[in-house]
This record gives sequence, C-alpha cells and structure tokens, in this order.
Amino acid sequence: MMLNLFHLTVLSFISSLKEETLPVAEFVNKSVKWITEKFSWFFDPIKNDFGDKLEDFADMLAEIPPSIVIVLVVLIAFFITGKKFGLATFSLVGLLFIYNQQLWEELMLTFTLVLVASLISVIVGIPVGILMSKSNLAENIIKPILDFMQTMPAFVYLIPAVAFFGIGMVPGVFASFIFATPPVVRFTNLGIRQVSKELVEASDAFGTTGSQKLFKVELPMAKTTIMAGVNQTVMLSLSMVVIASMIGAPGLGREVLSALQRANAGTGFVAGLGIVILAIIIDRITQNLNKESA
Amino acid sequence: MPVIKVNNLSKIFGKKTKEAQKLLDEGLKKEEILEKTGCTVGVNRASFEVEEGEVFVIMGLSGSGKSTLVRLLNRLIEPTEGDVEIDNENLAKMNKDDLRKVRREKMSMVFQKFALFPFKTVLENTEFGLEVQGINKEERSKKAKEALELVGLGSFIEQYPSQLSGGMQQRVGLARALANDPEVLLMDEAFSALDPLIRKDMQDELLDLQEKMQKTIIFITHDLDEALRIGDRIALMKDGSIVQIGSPEEILINPANDYVEKFVEDVDRSKVLTAENIMKRPETVDIDKHGPRVALERIREQGLSSIYVVDRSRNLKGYVTADDVSDAKKQEKKDLKEILRTDMPTVEKDTSIQEIFDIIHDASVPVAVVEDGKLRGIIVRGAVIAALANGNEVNGDDA
Repeated sequence: MMLNLFHLTVLSFISSLKEETLPVAEFVNKSVKWITEKFSWFFDPIKNDFGDKLEDFADMLAEIPPSIVIVLVVLIAFFITGKKFGLATFSLVGLLFIYNQQLWEELMLTFTLVLVASLISVIVGIPVGILMSKSNLAENIIKPILDFMQTMPAFVYLIPAVAFFGIGMVPGVFASFIFATPPVVRFTNLGIRQVSKELVEASDAFGTTGSQKLFKVELPMAKTTIMAGVNQTVMLSLSMVVIASMIGAPGLGREVLSALQRANAGTGFVAGLGIVILAIIIDRITQNLNKESA
Repeated sequence: MPVIKVNNLSKIFGKKTKEAQKLLDEGLKKEEILEKTGCTVGVNRASFEVEEGEVFVIMGLSGSGKSTLVRLLNRLIEPTEGDVEIDNENLAKMNKDDLRKVRREKMSMVFQKFALFPFKTVLENTEFGLEVQGINKEERSKKAKEALELVGLGSFIEQYPSQLSGGMQQRVGLARALANDPEVLLMDEAFSALDPLIRKDMQDELLDLQEKMQKTIIFITHDLDEALRIGDRIALMKDGSIVQIGSPEEILINPANDYVEKFVEDVDRSKVLTAENIMKRPETVDIDKHGPRVALERIREQGLSSIYVVDRSRNLKGYVTADDVSDAKKQEKKDLKEILRTDMPTVEKDTSIQEIFDIIHDASVPVAVVEDGKLRGIIVRGAVIAALANGNEVNGDDA
C-alpha cells in the first residue's frame, strides 16, 4: 500500500515535469538582450574602434611587399630552429604557394585574427592561471568554467557574439578567445603548482615576498609548461578561423566557407591547405621559441 | 647567551589540533591520536636552547619529526603552539614583515636535495638571498663570490647547477646560505643525498669552515656517525619528542632510554670513544716522598706488575716495575730515580680508542693518559676490549 502510494507520487511528479518547461532558453535570450542593451557603451566602441584597428592592421600587413614578409619568416624559421633548413624551406615553399594561389591578403587577415586572439588569450589567461595556482578556491571555481568554455560547441557562442559585436573580425576574436584561452590558463596553473616544494621552500626561507617568489622562482620554473600552453592556445585560435568566418570574419576561413557553400572541392582544398601551412609554421616557431628559452 | 630558545614548540597536522594536543599531554601515543582525531603529531613540545657558535644536531629516524622541527624554526611550517626566540624576538608570533626580515638577515637554510634554481648560474644562485634583499648587483656579486671562494667553487661561477656533481651542488647551497652572512644556519639533512666519501669530505669542510666562521648551526641528520662527528650537542628525537639532549659522549655512554640505546648500539665505538672515556684512576707513587718500600707495598696490594711515578703536582715522571723495585729494596736503595723507566706509552685525553688499540697492543705497561704533562689516568688492555665490545658498561672505575 505504502509502496504503491510512493510509486504513484513519483510517477505523477515525473509526468508533471513535462507540463511546465523551465524557461532557460528564454532566460538566456532575455539576458543576452539585456546585456546587449545595457552594455552597449562597452561593446560598441570595441565593435567599431577595435574592429577598425584590426582591419587597419591587416591592411598594413597586406601592404608590406610579400617578398619581404616571406624572407623575414624564412629567416626567423632558419635561426629559431638552430640554423637548420627544414622549417625554413617549408616556410619558403608554403608561403610562395599561398601567394601563387592569390590568397595572400586572406592569409594576412587570418594571421591578424590569430595573432590578436592569441595575444588577448595569453594576456588574460596567464594571470588567471596564476590566480588559480595560488588559491584552491579560485581553482575550484575556475576549473568548471574552463570546462564549459572548451566543451560548449563553438556555434553556440557565435550567436551572442554577433549580438554583442555585430559581424566581422571582432566577434571572431571573441569566439576564439573563449575557445582558445583554457589551455594557457590550465598550463600556467599546472606549471606553477608543479614547481618542486623544496624550491618554493628555499625561496621562502630566503625571505622572498609573494611577488618575488612568483617572478624570480615560480614563473621561470614554470616557463616551459606555460609556453606549451601558449602553443596550444595559438593552435586552437587558428582552428577557430573557419568557424569564425560564419559570422563574417574574413580570411582563409571565409574561402573555405564559400567553397563549402558552392560545393567547390578544389578551392576549399586550396584554402584549407593555406590554413595548414600557416598552422605548421606558427606551431614550429612557437615550439622552438619554447625550446630555446628552456 | 643562547641565540635560539625553543620553548614548548608543537606542530600537529590536521583540524582538531587542540583536542590532539590535549590527548598528547595526557600521554596518548601518536597512533592513538591519529585514530581518535585524525591529526598527525609532527613535533611534541620540544624545548631546547642553542648557544652562539654551537653546532647543534637534531637526530632521529625518518618520521621522527626532525624535518618538521627545523621548519618550525624559520616558520616554513606554522607552529601549533610554543615559542621560537631568536635574539629574544619571538619568531613564532611575529608578523609577516618581521618574519621576512629574520629570514633574510638572521637565518639561512641548506636543503637536502640542494634546492638550487636550475635556470640560474652558480653565481646567480648564490646571490639569491642578497638579490631578494634588494642589494645592488655589484655588492651582491662581490659577497657571493666571497662565499663561493669559501666553499672552494670560485672558478665555477658561470656554470649551471646541472653541470656540477652532487657534492659541488651542495657547496653552492652552502655558499648561497653563507652569502647572507646569517647568524644561524639551518641545515636539513644537508649531506644525506651525497655518497659516503663525499659526505665525509663535506663534514670535514663544514668543521673547517665552522672554525673560521663560528656560526650557530642547527644540523638535521638521521645518521648517528654524522651527528657524532660534527655535533657539539645532539638532540635525539622520537615520535615528535626530544628524548635526550647531550654531548656525543653523554649520549653514547648514558643513553636516556632503550630507544637511544638501540640507536647508538651500532655505532663504531672505536671512532667515538676516547681515552678519557675508558681510563681509570691510576695508582701512583710520589718520586719525592716515596722510596722502593712504599712502591713495592702498593704494587703487591693491587696485584700490579708496575706502577707509575709522579711528582708532587702529578707530573708524570716514569714508571717502575715490580722486579726492579724488589731488587732495589734488597739492595737497600732509597731513591726511585735509580730504577725509573721512561719508555711508557702515552696518549692524550681525546685520543680515539682506535689509535689506543694499536699502541696498547705492543705495550708492556698500561697506557698513560696525560694532559699538559700531568698524569690523568691509565688504560689497561681489558678496558679497550670491553669498550669495543659493549660501550654501555664502560666507565672509569670498574673497567
């Protein structure tokens, strides 16, 4: 009898659950709208001024004669790999190929997007990582947020990105910031927490202040790990360029997107190849930056 | 004047520290307290004083709380209770800024695994304490170089720690601690990670340095031989408590309890015990007062084969044998000087048993222990053997 009653209550509760949908979607819509309106004083200057600056910067890059850019990149690749010819040769051939395919301007736009997005990610991410390493409370709060940022499908935050920043490069930077920041935060946290206990004790025993310990011991010790995080962040923001093109971010990603829309496998492949070439050059250069400093 | 006074210092790890301390004071064991409160006892009411210029060794097996204790001294670990006074300032209660000042200026630490910064050169490592204090580049480089000269690494300043051997790395650790010119040097198992031969060298070098510098050194070790070698006084720890404090000899000869006794059982006594520990009060005759008659009487009384001869102020003159004395008596000689022999073996009070062993082997008379020419005692062969066999029963009178 009792059991039956219990069973009934549970059943009726479950069936009643469906009658009234919790207005989560509505709530988010309202929030986005509210934020867009209330914070337009904050978003609009970013949308306009920052967007203009980004485009100016990309234009400026595009105006540098490609030959100079290519020579520069090849030289950097040569010296940073310890005067080896592998990466230098690859950079030379790859960049000439992109130039040959009339994608030079798009390359500069994509590079600008990746550069700016990564810079912002690193500038925000490293201090957040430091905070996390210093406080278990901060770690417990920030960790789920990072999980959320990394697993939420990118398309989902493209929508509010457009609401806040319109279309173009700026929402693209925003989207890739969300997607690409977690690794540098995590690696910074990990790197500092991994500094051996004895070294931290040695630092304390000689009477360092908190910031002396951070800058003279912990950050130098964690540098390799943090740089690995930076490398990951750069790679992830590069992987966002195609998705960001859906909200109007220009560059190689947009070429891929338009090839998709016109079912043109050939141009899609070529633009995709351009992204791969850029990715490999950036990856190898940042990795070697790490090795050199280690 | 003691430099460091430690009073009732406790560290209990866990949440219910008050409850644990109470149970501890009631005499419960470490394991029982862990079971009841979930707290681990690190250090239990340690009290001691360290004099200026003293090498104070804290010894114990792993888990005895010695590493925790040394970290309480510079508050790398916050004490649960008790005081640590350095120059009459209570370090355990002072604020962060004052504590930092003490750490910068009065105390330096040397670590078991060296704890050198791998991205800094030897010189930069040595400069670290000075750099932290904000001393300008020129001066700190000068001081660091002096410290490196002191430990014999003057020509390695541009190397990185990974390029040096373990012994050299710990020299850098020592130089880094000395560069600050601290009053107190805390050395946490500083030589334990080194191989035995290097360890001996480092111990010798520390003693040499100590002769020059006269720092107050608190040295943590689990190695009794090391403790006996370098310690002026030794504190023995067990389960977080100090069970005995004393000079090396005191600890060896009068262990406070079974634990200490067990600890010292395996020591190579021949290196630790000295002539002073095994000598006995000598029977003598006075060269100015006594003649052969008295000498013979004493020899017979004690069942000896010879007897030492001294003057009024106990200066050792020589010895006479039973045969010579009885001949002299027969010949009615009055003076011991005519039959005095001077080829006796002599040692100093601090000669080790190991050396005495070689001397006594060939000697026909007991070995004389002298201090400034005065006879302090004699050592018979049996005492040496007894001491080597079982030091606990050694003492002057019944050897």
